[in-house]
Amino acid sequence: MLKIENLHVRIAGKDILRGLSLEVKAGEVHAIMGPNGAGKSTLGNVLAGREGYEVIEGSIHYEGRDLLELEPEERAAAGVFLAFQYPVEIPGVNNTYFLRAALNAQRRRRGESELDSMQFLKRVREKLAVLHLKDELLHRAVNEGFSGGEKKRNEIFQMALLEPKLAILDETDSGLDIDALKMVADGVNAMRDPARAFIVITHYQRLLEYIVPDYVHVLADGRIVESGDKSLALKLEEHGYSWIAERKLAGAA
Amino acid sequence: MATSMSNESDPLARHDREPASGEGNEQIIAAINRRYGAGFVTDIETDTLPPGLNEDVVRWISARKGEPGWMTEWRLKAYRHWLTMIPPEWAKLRIGPIDFQAISYFAAPKEGPKSLAEVDPKLLETYEKLGVPLHERARLAGVAVDAVFDSVSVGTTFRKELAEAGVIFCSMSEAVKEHPELVRAYLGSVVPSSDNYFAALNSAVFSDGSFVFIPKGVRCPMELSTYFRINAINTGQFERTLIVAEEGASVSYLEGCTAPMRDENQLHAAVVELVALDDADIKYSTVQNWYPGDENGLGGIYNFVTKRGDCRGARSKISWTQVETGSAITWKYPSCVLRGDDSVGEFHSVALTHHHQQADTGTKMIHIGRNTKSKIIAKGISAGRGQNSYRGLVKVEKGASGARNYTQCDSLLIGKKCGAHTFPYIEVKNPSAIVEHEATTSKISDDQLFYCRSRGIAEEDAVSLIVDGFCRQVFRELPMEFAVEAKKLLEVSLEGAVG
Repeated sequence: MLKIENLHVRIAGKDILRGLSLEVKAGEVHAIMGPNGAGKSTLGNVLAGREGYEVIEGSIHYEGRDLLELEPEERAAAGVFLAFQYPVEIPGVNNTYFLRAALNAQRRRRGESELDSMQFLKRVREKLAVLHLKDELLHRAVNEGFSGGEKKRNEIFQMALLEPKLAILDETDSGLDIDALKMVADGVNAMRDPARAFIVITHYQRLLEYIVPDYVHVLADGRIVESGDKSLALKLEEHGYSWIAERKLAGAA
Repeated sequence: MATSMSNESDPLARHDREPASGEGNEQIIAAINRRYGAGFVTDIETDTLPPGLNEDVVRWISARKGEPGWMTEWRLKAYRHWLTMIPPEWAKLRIGPIDFQAISYFAAPKEGPKSLAEVDPKLLETYEKLGVPLHERARLAGVAVDAVFDSVSVGTTFRKELAEAGVIFCSMSEAVKEHPELVRAYLGSVVPSSDNYFAALNSAVFSDGSFVFIPKGVRCPMELSTYFRINAINTGQFERTLIVAEEGASVSYLEGCTAPMRDENQLHAAVVELVALDDADIKYSTVQNWYPGDENGLGGIYNFVTKRGDCRGARSKISWTQVETGSAITWKYPSCVLRGDDSVGEFHSVALTHHHQQADTGTKMIHIGRNTKSKIIAKGISAGRGQNSYRGLVKVEKGASGARNYTQCDSLLIGKKCGAHTFPYIEVKNPSAIVEHEATTSKISDDQLFYCRSRGIAEEDAVSLIVDGFCRQVFRELPMEFAVEAKKLLEVSLEGAVG
């Protein structure tokens, strides 16, 4: 589904990603872990198409297409979704209205018929039930005045509603208490599907107790330095990220 | 912050000044010379005056409209006062010199194109984007009405229903002839003819406008709109509107047309007066979309308007809502004089400037009665090289104990070459008054745009979505259909604002 090869990315003259390669197949859950400043969020932003990220080398292919050629809205319509680390407030714009505009914009781009308000509302109710969310979120403006936890839950709700093929969760667990964390994990687990893939970017192993990944990758210095199964996350938890650096040094020697 | 707005800098204050002398006098001298020059000859059959303004022009307009002598005298008095005034210069606007002798002060209704096929395709495209129904498009484009549908019958139906309720809704010209006692009692009682330069000019030469009278205890059975009053379409540059709500009466009036009128007139100087007696309620909504000029700032309307409501009675309420997207220059301050105890004034405004448009707009809330309340919500949007100023005065007089004002003034900037400015004036003479002012300036951030786009919403749609959210507080004050059209109008007006 997604193939990243030797990706080099520069932001404001600074090299952040330096030769990152990653392959994600449909149905898989990949966790990306790593110390602060390793380039984890950069990866999410480059995949979603944020401006200001200069790709100087390498390629990203998504379902056989060159992802870097697509505008952010085209990527969204093609099924790429980024759950933001810091969701953005849009004052005065009703959350439901926003989601319907987004969903129908994607559907139009894919040549599908738009959902009318009744159909849309039905879908909203279904997703709310799955996520155990109160519909109070719907009546408020997009993320306006939301607590940190509410914003993250709203991201998961958007993901559920938009039903992407490739979902990237950028530190969705940061700032969440244990109940909110479980809720987010339940939402993701409910959406796991042979046709859908997840990239879960996180700093802590805690989230991975609830969202069990197929693969764990350690991102350091702009590239993936170690890959393994879920046990890798536990080792990291135990030894810290310095353990990776030491192993690398040992390997080089 | 608590600066007072001096009379010098106040568009709506009385300008009782001596005749100007020195260089600024040239126009007046020119006018006088012309008057005594070759003489004034007009073929009354042509229905259109040559450019120029003098007493004979004022008399001619009055005669052409078959007005009684008192009305002619009223106009002349205004004209003579206007001669003593000079155009105000305090606004934050770049206005080229206006040659008042180059303007024609009366033109018969223009003959429109005969069919839609003759209408500018660009204009039709805009109507389509705004969702104006097909038969309405033709009428708005100025196609002769009888070619489209029978407007007379539509008008008559409304008239009948209103007459049964005792409501008078007619053109100002008709009102002068048919209800002279009401017009004489109220005309100029809120905006005196000497009020300001453009109000004086309007008083002298006003062409037409609406007259609304809601008698005691009557709730007007429908929303009144110039949209329905077909003969109001070609009223020209100098509209004059007067709305009177007697004790306990209420009315909602919608002004203007949401679709653009390709009127190339340079100067539009209107006067609107509202009078609310005890327990009366007037809601006045405007969606203004006059021709804004082209992308390079050529052409477009100068929209210099004096609008004022007088809450004359106790517990009366006047509410202004405006969405201003058109005109090259918008210069207006719909105001409320809160004379009656417990009276309420409101002002909700969205003003958008794009390309080279300029707006200096806001309101004045004058608290005179006890426990009077006012609320101001002003939203300014600037894009392109647009310049947008909010200018507002909240004045609490000595006797206005318990007066309360809340002002919220927000600016949204799109792009790097536009500007937003805020000039709040607060003048409080009663210690029990509570006056609040909040102001914010924000930009549509790259983060917001990327967030929308990452959800599948294209950039231009994301901009309208964000702008719509910004204007929400004002849009919800508009009647439903108007709110929908206002939203679409902003979208059309902002086309090309990003990217």
